[in-house]
Amino acid sequence: MTDETIATQEAAARLAALTGGNPLLADAGSGVEVRFDGVVKRYGGQTVLPGLDLTVRPGEFLALLGPSGCGKSTALRLLAGLEFADAGAIVVGGRDMSAVPTNRRDLGMVFQAYSLFPHMTVAKNTGYGLRMRKVPAATIADRVRAALELVGLDAFAERYPHQLSGGQQQRVALARALVTEPSVLLLDEPLSALDAKVRVQLRDEIRRIQLRLGITTIFVTHDQEEALAVADRIAVMHAGGIEQIGTPEELYSAPATAFVAEFIGRSSIVPAVVAGGRATVLGAEVALVTPVADGPGEVFLRPEQVRFVGADDGGVAATVVESSFLGSIRRTQVRTVDGVELVVQHPADERMQVGDRVAIAVHAASVAAR
Amino acid sequence: MSRRGLRLAPPRWATATILILVGAVFSIPILAMVEFTLRDREEGHSLAHWGDLLAPANPAAYAPLWLGLTNSAILAVATVAIVLLLLAPTMILVQLRFPRLRRPFEFLCLLPISIPAIVLVVGLAPVYLVIGRTFGTGIWPLAFAYGITVLPYAYRSIQANLDAVDLGTLANAARSLGASWPRVVIDVLAPNLRVGLMLASLISIAVVLGEFTIASLLNRQNLQTALLVVSKIDPYVAVIMSLLSLGLVFVLLLVIDRIARRITAVRTEQA
Repeated sequence: MTDETIATQEAAARLAALTGGNPLLADAGSGVEVRFDGVVKRYGGQTVLPGLDLTVRPGEFLALLGPSGCGKSTALRLLAGLEFADAGAIVVGGRDMSAVPTNRRDLGMVFQAYSLFPHMTVAKNTGYGLRMRKVPAATIADRVRAALELVGLDAFAERYPHQLSGGQQQRVALARALVTEPSVLLLDEPLSALDAKVRVQLRDEIRRIQLRLGITTIFVTHDQEEALAVADRIAVMHAGGIEQIGTPEELYSAPATAFVAEFIGRSSIVPAVVAGGRATVLGAEVALVTPVADGPGEVFLRPEQVRFVGADDGGVAATVVESSFLGSIRRTQVRTVDGVELVVQHPADERMQVGDRVAIAVHAASVAAR
Repeated sequence: MSRRGLRLAPPRWATATILILVGAVFSIPILAMVEFTLRDREEGHSLAHWGDLLAPANPAAYAPLWLGLTNSAILAVATVAIVLLLLAPTMILVQLRFPRLRRPFEFLCLLPISIPAIVLVVGLAPVYLVIGRTFGTGIWPLAFAYGITVLPYAYRSIQANLDAVDLGTLANAARSLGASWPRVVIDVLAPNLRVGLMLASLISIAVVLGEFTIASLLNRQNLQTALLVVSKIDPYVAVIMSLLSLGLVFVLLLVIDRIARRITAVRTEQA
């Protein structure tokens, strides 16, 4: 046995120890870059994507977030090859995929609707992509076992889709998408058909698996909480374009536009006077994260940027309209004497009754405005 | 709301009554036909007429019957091939790629049901002059006309199945996993449309075996035209053949179902 062979075997043993022997994890790489270069898509006379430019970094988990009809699913379908762009290029790992048919794009996809083949068992479903690639049967069996292990469903291999819950079906769909070791994983609102508890579990599981495999992942969702919880970066889409792209923290704390401020997180829209890059709101002066023209305007105040203060601390008088208990915190809606309604976030032990007279003050370093 | 108030199913006696009535509507004519064929030439009942069929006194008299039966079988196979290889893939294509064409296509497919066979023949006659010159005057080109007459029935059977399956998502999933379009149809769509395809095939066979007008007016011989000829010589044998054709439909149903199940099992195993 040569030194090289011994070294290779030792490396394989170390890798097996790290990955628990799972071949999918052993083959995990750093992902590839995905780029949309001026992609245009029209349906009839309607332009859904007027010229999308977007770069997804290798190994990144990017969420495409936006309201219905903003073009996020269209962008994903274009990348998957289920639709073809009218102009522009889609580049995956440095290769222009614009004219490549879906079945040759080497992408894994999980759909919003349950997409398991009803007449095949879980194992057959999972191995279908490998079969299409003419992988030997013994290898298929190993990889199917590994993929099902990854999603915790190896005990369900011989069941049929109708014998699984919705969450289990989506986990199998995830295993089926990953078993071929695609260069990019596409998730088209895969959690939207599930109930709240399963959604959170599967969302976290998807993120865990993505981190272990290091696969470039694009996750389409209209649920901001989902996007904020799992994504490395979020691209907020509006009317076919990217409104802002950044980390969840950047989008939340420094929204670039009024649309992002309104769409990400919860905000109260409050009248203000803008002058020299600062806004005067409810008697307080705060910096603006994005410049707007001087004069009367509106600012977006997060619930945690408004506080209850003592009557003698110079706050603005308001009346409690509604108060909701959210576990460790409460959110209370108040109305000022000028008729402005705001939401205040405060500790759960500060109990407010509807009709209580309170005083509020703005407590923010910077706010978004329009 | 009480448990009794939620009950939507009819009571058991009503179900039984309906089943007995429907069963009687179907079985009484068949039993009457069977009884007719068993009537003896003198008195009582025997299998004499059935024996005549197997060992006819005058083979030439029954020859059209066997020819008609063979021709109808050929037409049934050719018509089912048109339904499975032309209509079904077209419907899948319309469903997946051209959904806007669904209404016009549906209208086109259902149209033949509103056209009497005799009117259809008026239009088909000049067409069959050309077909006769191109493909010969054999029986199988008649399947083109039968392909039109079975369209409404085959279309409804397949469409009902298409509506019950999320074809788009299944096809997209298979495509994203690397399947070519033929593989998508064979591995994923066809097994999930098996019931619709089987019903379409069965109803096509039934229509073809019962068709008289088009074959008669285009001077082709099939089972029904042969039965007419033979019934003038021996009405017992004509009824026996009608019974046998009914039996043939049932046998074909079983064969198609078996084949479809086997194909599905093999494809699933391979996948």
